[in-house]
Amino acid sequence: MSSRDLILARVRRALADVPRDDTPYDRAVRRDYLREHGNRSAGRTVDLLAENLADYRALVHRCTAGELPATIARLLAGRGAASVAVPAGLDPAWLAAADVTRMPDSAADTPAALDRVDSVVTACAVAIAETGTIVLDGGPDQGRRRITLVPDHHICVVRVPGQVVSSVPQGLERLDPARPLTWISGPSATSDIELDRVEGVHGPRTLEVVLVSAR
Amino acid sequence: MSGGTYLGMPAFPKAAHEAVRDETLRGNLRHATHTIRAKRATAVAEVSDWAELREAGKQIKDHTLRHLDRYLVQLEESVTAAGGTVHWAADADEANRIVTGLVKATGESEVVKVKSMATQEIGLNEALEAEGIRAYETDLAELIVQLGEDRPSHILVPAIHRNRGEIRDIFAREMGAWGRPAPEGLTDTPAELADAARLHLREKFLRAKVGISGANFMVAETGTMVVVESEGNGRMCLTLPETLISVVGIEKTVPTWRDLEVFLQTLPRSSTAERMNPYTSTWTGTTDSGTADGPRDFHLVLIDNGRTDTLADEVGRQALRCIRCSACLNVCPVYERAGGHAYGSVYPGPIGAILSPQLRGTGSEIDASLPYASSLCGACYDVCPVAIDIPEVLVHLRERVVQGGPVTREGVRVLVKPAKGHAAERAAMRAARWAFGRPGVLRAGQRLASRTRRFHPRTLPGPGRAWSDTRSVPEVPAEPFRDWWQRTHGGKDTSK
Ligand code: SF4
Repeated sequence: MSSRDLILARVRRALADVPRDDTPYDRAVRRDYLREHGNRSAGRTVDLLAENLADYRALVHRCTAGELPATIARLLAGRGAASVAVPAGLDPAWLAAADVTRMPDSAADTPAALDRVDSVVTACAVAIAETGTIVLDGGPDQGRRRITLVPDHHICVVRVPGQVVSSVPQGLERLDPARPLTWISGPSATSDIELDRVEGVHGPRTLEVVLVSAR
Repeated sequence: MSGGTYLGMPAFPKAAHEAVRDETLRGNLRHATHTIRAKRATAVAEVSDWAELREAGKQIKDHTLRHLDRYLVQLEESVTAAGGTVHWAADADEANRIVTGLVKATGESEVVKVKSMATQEIGLNEALEAEGIRAYETDLAELIVQLGEDRPSHILVPAIHRNRGEIRDIFAREMGAWGRPAPEGLTDTPAELADAARLHLREKFLRAKVGISGANFMVAETGTMVVVESEGNGRMCLTLPETLISVVGIEKTVPTWRDLEVFLQTLPRSSTAERMNPYTSTWTGTTDSGTADGPRDFHLVLIDNGRTDTLADEVGRQALRCIRCSACLNVCPVYERAGGHAYGSVYPGPIGAILSPQLRGTGSEIDASLPYASSLCGACYDVCPVAIDIPEVLVHLRERVVQGGPVTREGVRVLVKPAKGHAAERAAMRAARWAFGRPGVLRAGQRLASRTRRFHPRTLPGPGRAWSDTRSVPEVPAEPFRDWWQRTHGGKDTSK
């Protein structure tokens, strides 16, 4: 017997006490928890996102769509970034004002090559206000997962209020499980030394989130 | 199950300077667990529907376990359809053989690993080592443990027994032998220590061709794997290598994508006391070659290794709901005094006390004594985000040790003889004596409390009272288990 069949047979024998007409999945779980915590206007939800991002040491900036290129250019210059990884589908206007070498995201790039890139600029798929989380789904304006991982400085643009949801349940609803997802809540951190949170281990040590509104 | 070197008590005869180190150990543990306790309470209080989330988490896991065969088959189909390959391992040896074979097939002789309880449980690093494959642990705490040639003592923070000064010394002394040495003049500030780890591990990430991980959740409906982490070492291991091998216990399955909405709220708040951990990665099989995002090859190794035996016990199976948040360790007065190593397994603390004896059986002295490594105060149950009634299972397992009864071992129903007069029982009774002095007298009270706690969550009349009130955690001996064990020659000298 294969181990697969062996394990499945053991499971079935172990569950001999479970009746055939056991409560089906859709009635087995009482989902009387909240869809979101509190009742906020869209504007307040964006404020909460900003607060929670900042609470976990992300640097938060707000601007209008028109100001975005200048904002990004300023943040890159402030870091002294010379090179920037750019997802294939990023709106070229976002980097129009920046004086940097653009490194297009390419499957051929080695991790070592990425390690020499100073910064990365991406959009996101969704942002969750209650937890201060941005989620990347590898869409054209976000690129392969590694470009937001290896460089030490990540600028992530969130279109507000459209891309912002309140809660984790609402966030999951908007996401496609078939895509590789990266949920980011503040820069990389560890609690491994005396259970105390320290920012900055392997992922980007600086996370800047730009909340951009239409006007 | 391997991990014999964990057997902390009888096989832990260390010299006097160990006892001195124990002072440090207890200080480190007390400091760390008390800090996180308070933070966790705050993180939990922030969500008004905690009780409902906890109940839903319990129900999702219970339902999955009750239909685990169906969900495992569905999971296999989904992962395969998404381009992954599923392997099944009945025990630790088989899992190690599968993983070793997969690594060898790549032609590589080193792998990067992200912290996984399952791979520790099966002793994967040692198995790889025996085949000439070097496994690099990349989680900061695991790195500390690996460099210090130490054993993990906490689920979430395996180096919780080390303070910053000790960590500095380990890094300064050992990093050079494994790769990039620690920076000159390294101090013990946590930020500098984290930075030293970043530099040391980066070269390993950048050249890694094979990554090995566990998973916090596997979604049957979609074939999605979920890894919850903080440092980004998980992202490195999951994203940069060409081959990814995930070794996961069968009980990590959840039916649907939607189910994650519960656990992605309860797990971070229970474990690191955060609204959300810094990074969560999810992936489904492999991405197509056009996108080329992440590993080209994905292997999922599903392990049983005692889980189906645990599942066969109607009372004990709830232990399989565990999402390894470690909240129960952090509140446990016995864990705080005894330290993680005393539990003799990769699963320490209250969850270890009910999981290890079920995964491994109660044949050995250590496993027979684990159900007694508790004062049944119930604090673990109160904090558990999937409401595992740990005291109930402890009492159940104590009965099993003392009275014997039917159990399932490697899929076969067997009758365990009462341990009366056996070495196992004597070990268990010695542990009990340590934990609360007069086991016989307290037994009735414990059972009462355990059986009725759910109806009277705070106060019970009579003897149960002390056990049900988490705010008056019963006194645990001031002396740590290991000291007591050594001083009394394994509890044999009962006059002390
Ligand atoms: S038993 Fe509960 S509290 Fe303990 S680690 Fe598991 S889920 Fe967390």
